[in-house]
Amino acid sequence: MKLALRGLRVACHGFEACYDLALQGQATALYGPSGSGKTTLLEAVAGLRPSQGRITLDGAALQEPGHCLPAQARGIGYVPQDLALFPHLDVRANLRYGLRGRGGLGPGLDEVAKALGLAGLLGARVTRLSGGEQRRVALARALLAGPKLLLLDEPTANLDPALKAQVAELLKGLSQRFKVPFILVSHDAREIAGLCGQVARLEQGRCVALGRPKKVLELDRPASPARAKAKPLALKGWLDAMC
Amino acid sequence: MLGAETIRVLWFTVASALLGVALATLPALALAWLLARREWPGKALIETVVALPMVIPPVATGLLLLKLLGRRGPLGALAYQALGMDLAFNWKAVPLAMAAMALPLMVRGFRVALEGVNPRLEQVARTLGASERRVLLTITLPLAGPGLLAALVLGLARSLGEFGATVILAGNIPGQTTTLSLALYRAVELGHDDEALFFLCVSLALAFGALWLSGRLARRLGPGGAS
Repeated sequence: MKLALRGLRVACHGFEACYDLALQGQATALYGPSGSGKTTLLEAVAGLRPSQGRITLDGAALQEPGHCLPAQARGIGYVPQDLALFPHLDVRANLRYGLRGRGGLGPGLDEVAKALGLAGLLGARVTRLSGGEQRRVALARALLAGPKLLLLDEPTANLDPALKAQVAELLKGLSQRFKVPFILVSHDAREIAGLCGQVARLEQGRCVALGRPKKVLELDRPASPARAKAKPLALKGWLDAMC
Repeated sequence: MLGAETIRVLWFTVASALLGVALATLPALALAWLLARREWPGKALIETVVALPMVIPPVATGLLLLKLLGRRGPLGALAYQALGMDLAFNWKAVPLAMAAMALPLMVRGFRVALEGVNPRLEQVARTLGASERRVLLTITLPLAGPGLLAALVLGLARSLGEFGATVILAGNIPGQTTTLSLALYRAVELGHDDEALFFLCVSLALAFGALWLSGRLARRLGPGGAS
């Protein structure tokens, strides 16, 4: 997967975010403090937030001047932090929602439900499920729509460490099994390092560092003589190298 | 007490109120959706204009409607020329007046119901490939359902009790435009106390029933926006 954002401008928390970066790989992450524009970036890529600029996914334009695919036609799955399960539908109906219009491609409901341990919950109301079960339903629902890319907004937020590790393992397994790349937002450097091959660090609606987690996440460590010597990331050079 | 004329008045009132609410539903829903979900120039102005019938005297609203829908009014003249139809001082004026008076209440109720639906649910539905129509039919309307229904019932209650706008636009023509409220007024005016008391009790029962139902439906609105 290669997602390229070129001069993508989006209104964000009272300022204008401007993204110029290319993410590639099966698992990538957005990292940064609250309000740095991580969710805004996901929403713009998913087509849920008005933006200007160019977005391409594997070379195909999702958005460019004079042409903008609606969210329905982008083929991008989105799991927001609040999961947004449809409260008036049971688990099965939630999972089936994205099946229509997929043209019979991709994994089937039973296969995904089994992979996520939801086979016994299909008739349950989503409001009656535990937090972990709801999370799995949201993931399964997004997977069943057959996305080319999955956007996950803080998929392990507010989970205890054991459950967090389980969800991370699940993500890794699902991505490999169903061959769906994902971009996740996370505040957890360790989680990113364990899951993702590339991370973009955002601040104030700008990408200030992009690269392998080990390198980018070092920026968060307390200042050390080695870090003091490190030069700020030459973003333009990175972008050129990525394209 | 339940003579043929009384039954006719009751039937006519209920039928006109239902027709008035039916007439107001689509414009009210469209306005509520625009007010709840879109930012556009002049929004505050339209919001105020739509709410006006709730605060100006109903008789003033009736007069405005008469100026618009009377045979010499812009819309009334158009209807007369195109369809040969008079919109004032006949039975048709009654549901029209009721629709005009119910509309602001319905817009307000619909808007609250639509705002109660978490927009994130609609966004996620779109990312799952749902068209705008499918999002509306499978997410927005079912979740806003109880609130929308409550607003409809409230509009119906308002229509059933309508007096001021109706008397100006439709007049009080026995056998043609007399509604429950107009019959009550006439009974009081003529000193027919028993008849007035009967119409009063019917009005109270209808209003109580509608408000009670509306309240029950509105209380069910809570889970609508939850995810």
